Amino acid sequence: MSIASINRSGPFTHAASSVQKTMLTVLLALLPATAFNAYLFGWPGILLFAVTVGSCVAVEAGCLALAGQPMKAALSDYSAVLTGWLLAMSLPPWAPWWTGVLGAVFAIALAKHTFGGIGQNMFNPAMVARVALLVSFPVVMTAWVMPHPLFSAGAPGFSDAIAITFGGNLPDSVSAASALGYVKTELSRGIPVTQSMAHVPDLMDMALGTRAGSLGETSAVLILAGGLFLMARRIISWHIPVGVMGALFLMGTVFHAVDPARYTDGMFHLMSGATFLGAFFICTDYVTSPVSKPGQLVFGIGCGMLTWVIRTYAGYPEGMAFAVLLMNSLTPIIDQYTRPRAFGRSRKGEPLPLEGKP
Amino acid sequence: MKLFPIRGGIHPDYRKEQTSEKAIVALPLPDLLYIPLQQHIGAPAEALVGEGDLVKKGQLIARSQGGISAPQHAPTSGRIQAVADIPAPHPSGLPQPTIILEPDGKDEWTDLPEPIADPLNADPQLIRERVAQSGIVGMGGAAFPSAVKLDLGTRYNLEILLLNGAECEPYLTCDDRVMREHADEVVDGARIMAHALGVKRVVIAIEDNKPQALAAMTGAASTFAGIEVVGVPVQYPMGSERHLVQAITGRETPAKKLTADIGVVVHNVATARAVHHAVRFGRPLVARVVTLSGGALREPNNIEAPIGARVADLVAFCGGFVSVPASLVNGGPMMGQPLPGLDVPVVKGMSGILALTASEINEQPVSPCIRCGTCVTICPCGLVPVEMAAFIRKDNFEVAAQLGVMDCVSCGSCSWICPSHIPLVHYFNYAKGMLNALDRERRKNERVKTLAEAHTARMEKLEIAAAAKRAAVAARKANLAAATTEEKTNA
Amino acid sequence: MLLAVGSLTVMGVALGGILGAAARFLAVEENPLEEELKAMLPGSQCGQCGYVGCGQAAAALAKGEAPVTLCPPGGKAVAEALAKKLGVTADFSEHEEKVPEYAVVLEEFCVGCTLCIKECSVDAIIGANKVMHSVIVEACHGCGKCVKVCPTEAIEMRPIPETLGTWHWPKPEAEHALH
Repeated sequence: MSIASINRSGPFTHAASSVQKTMLTVLLALLPATAFNAYLFGWPGILLFAVTVGSCVAVEAGCLALAGQPMKAALSDYSAVLTGWLLAMSLPPWAPWWTGVLGAVFAIALAKHTFGGIGQNMFNPAMVARVALLVSFPVVMTAWVMPHPLFSAGAPGFSDAIAITFGGNLPDSVSAASALGYVKTELSRGIPVTQSMAHVPDLMDMALGTRAGSLGETSAVLILAGGLFLMARRIISWHIPVGVMGALFLMGTVFHAVDPARYTDGMFHLMSGATFLGAFFICTDYVTSPVSKPGQLVFGIGCGMLTWVIRTYAGYPEGMAFAVLLMNSLTPIIDQYTRPRAFGRSRKGEPLPLEGKP
Repeated sequence: MKLFPIRGGIHPDYRKEQTSEKAIVALPLPDLLYIPLQQHIGAPAEALVGEGDLVKKGQLIARSQGGISAPQHAPTSGRIQAVADIPAPHPSGLPQPTIILEPDGKDEWTDLPEPIADPLNADPQLIRERVAQSGIVGMGGAAFPSAVKLDLGTRYNLEILLLNGAECEPYLTCDDRVMREHADEVVDGARIMAHALGVKRVVIAIEDNKPQALAAMTGAASTFAGIEVVGVPVQYPMGSERHLVQAITGRETPAKKLTADIGVVVHNVATARAVHHAVRFGRPLVARVVTLSGGALREPNNIEAPIGARVADLVAFCGGFVSVPASLVNGGPMMGQPLPGLDVPVVKGMSGILALTASEINEQPVSPCIRCGTCVTICPCGLVPVEMAAFIRKDNFEVAAQLGVMDCVSCGSCSWICPSHIPLVHYFNYAKGMLNALDRERRKNERVKTLAEAHTARMEKLEIAAAAKRAAVAARKANLAAATTEEKTNA
Repeated sequence: MLLAVGSLTVMGVALGGILGAAARFLAVEENPLEEELKAMLPGSQCGQCGYVGCGQAAAALAKGEAPVTLCPPGGKAVAEALAKKLGVTADFSEHEEKVPEYAVVLEEFCVGCTLCIKECSVDAIIGANKVMHSVIVEACHGCGKCVKVCPTEAIEMRPIPETLGTWHWPKPEAEHALH
């Protein structure tokens, strides 16, 4: 009596892990920060978020259909939702709807499916989209606003929100600079850091999120909580976050000690911009980061250092996206040089020598 | 005793409670026994009996051939029905020569060799010969002839005999029960083996999830000096020979070398028990304990079965199936091989038979690799499964070999943990098979080349000889013609 | 301007001269590729590749006129070795996976003429005049020349059976439509 056709070798048991579970856990980790920021920025932010995520899923479905691949299986792993979510978190909350749609096309069609679909892309899709939008539409992509909490006085109602998101009527009176942007602009005007620091939100505000920035930049504390949750669930390990934040903090502290008028300090770097989002959610993207733990540490340190360099010396105030893309291009070579040592062999691959025994 | 960590590894659901508290029960004699001539690594045994022969229990029915081989003995008394090709308990289901024995129900022992008196002071060579005669092979599953392994003391500098009581596979409890119920026999066998190897130190390693076995073995070993019973952390694959040696001694066996090269020889606890029976009572290996378990089986059990009983007989003893199993596995679920059916025999290396349901197997459709890197973190051999599988998918075996696929022990940890359910170990088994096949082909081509060159050389020599002969004939003819012409001229 | 033209011309002539001298005095001996390719082939001159003898096949390979999969008795191992030497990728898509075969003498038809013994280029057939001929399986590499010369059709090629020792896991099925 034959039981079943033998077409696979073992093992005949499996962990309860799946790609879907992993993605959903990441989304869960992002939820508190997203919800809080949705409250902070009101209806326009919520609308843009919905448009971005929806477009990503739609573009993914379109690409799968074009390639003739099974849609249900691929869509149900929630990877497109996650990409859309992260992209939305990096857009200005009151940006017009077409940034979300265009971003979705850049991220899903260009950065993911042209490379071969999930698992095959070289660059982080959400960051490719953000950078492409930033370079193409700098004014729209840097129009930050102060928080206008939902249901508070001065917050746009639903119909006002439709006008803002779909009509493109961003009231001039509400625009504000992000902390990093303000410092850089002042530096270019010759005002030293020590002075401009007095005009940026204090660290507590920045940590809690009641300041201008993108959806993902504002509430550093909630993002940190989400990141620690991910580490506790073993979705990510400490190597990349510690690498990114450690390098950034170190560079900031050292250079601030050398010239306080020119360089902002380490804590400011940690709390501002998309540092926490980048460290825990963007740089840790599985597909585009190295597979070995030492490699991930190198990757994280590289991201942190490049972020500091770009923030300090380059033309754009926020450097995380560019830094991530640059390090993504180095991932294959990092992988090659940080392969683990095989059991019974030296690092070069030769069998271990037998100790001379009597 | 200080223990050392091993790299990576996983912590699967062990599910041993289905059989861990069930004492070993003996299987009633089945109607027919099928004893394959090859149940071990090495050359198959040569059948000594034919159709119609009457044999007694323990009688030699097939003798070993060559240095690495093992004999087979009759598991009970009866009549030989035939020596025929029967499907092997192997995924391919390919047939192999098998002796079919019909028990007569009397279960009478033959005249056994004399017990070796005072084995701990006997000549080690005597003990090795007795182990070889008794057909004892590694009962943890590898089935390597134990006498050959016991000979390692003459060629290597050995320090430790390490008895492997880890049993790290889920479901399996046969070694656990043997240690609990026959601790004295195991310890005695260990001492005999240590003497045969010429080592002073015996370490018996048992995973911490078997506290009763640890207690039983510690008690049995307490009266003897030089035997340590150690609890090792519960981590799959702790039972892998090289990793267990690393956990106990901290030394890494160099690639392509034996553990004996670093002074340690590893044997399974059931093998030690078999050595005890062979040396103290002259009994050859004719039965073994098998764990029958799995969600599709009505009554899981630990069964002492005669070699050659069919899997069907053991399953029937356990009340049959409650549902059609999704997979029937020989061994544990991690490294076990699927069985081609129920009509295959129990062999010396079969430690478990699992009737697994689909939910226990938890096989999901394969999705693309997301490069999460978990396989790299947990690989106990320090390899990079994600990279090797990518090359093997494109049939690039050379690069896979450079990345170390031949070092893979097929423990299955990477396949177990992969969130995309990619069959990584299947890829590696395929690659290893292809690399071995290519190697065999290469060697055959070299042989053929040598033969062809020899043939060409021989032909040339013959041609030269023939040419010389022709030349000689032509010369003679010419001389004859010249002589005749001369005669004519002279006449 | 004259200076620029002049200096560049002088540099060009000087560097060109150095290159020419290097090409002559530092030239690397060309490896006899054909010899090396011939060494990789089985050498039994069976003709299954369509060329008369392995030497001709090697010549064709060196010129790039023949595919690396031309040698059936050599199997995949030879094809891959040739591919590696020539620096090409072996294209197995058109290559039918020829099951390795070996020759078997059908004893009821053999008349003991020794024609096959003389034909076999690896001396894999034993026997003598009017004595039953037999193929040594380990030496036979399946070239098939013996079948062609037998006057009584007493030799046939049979596929080499798979044994427990040669079986291995096949490739996992194409996983999912996504790749």
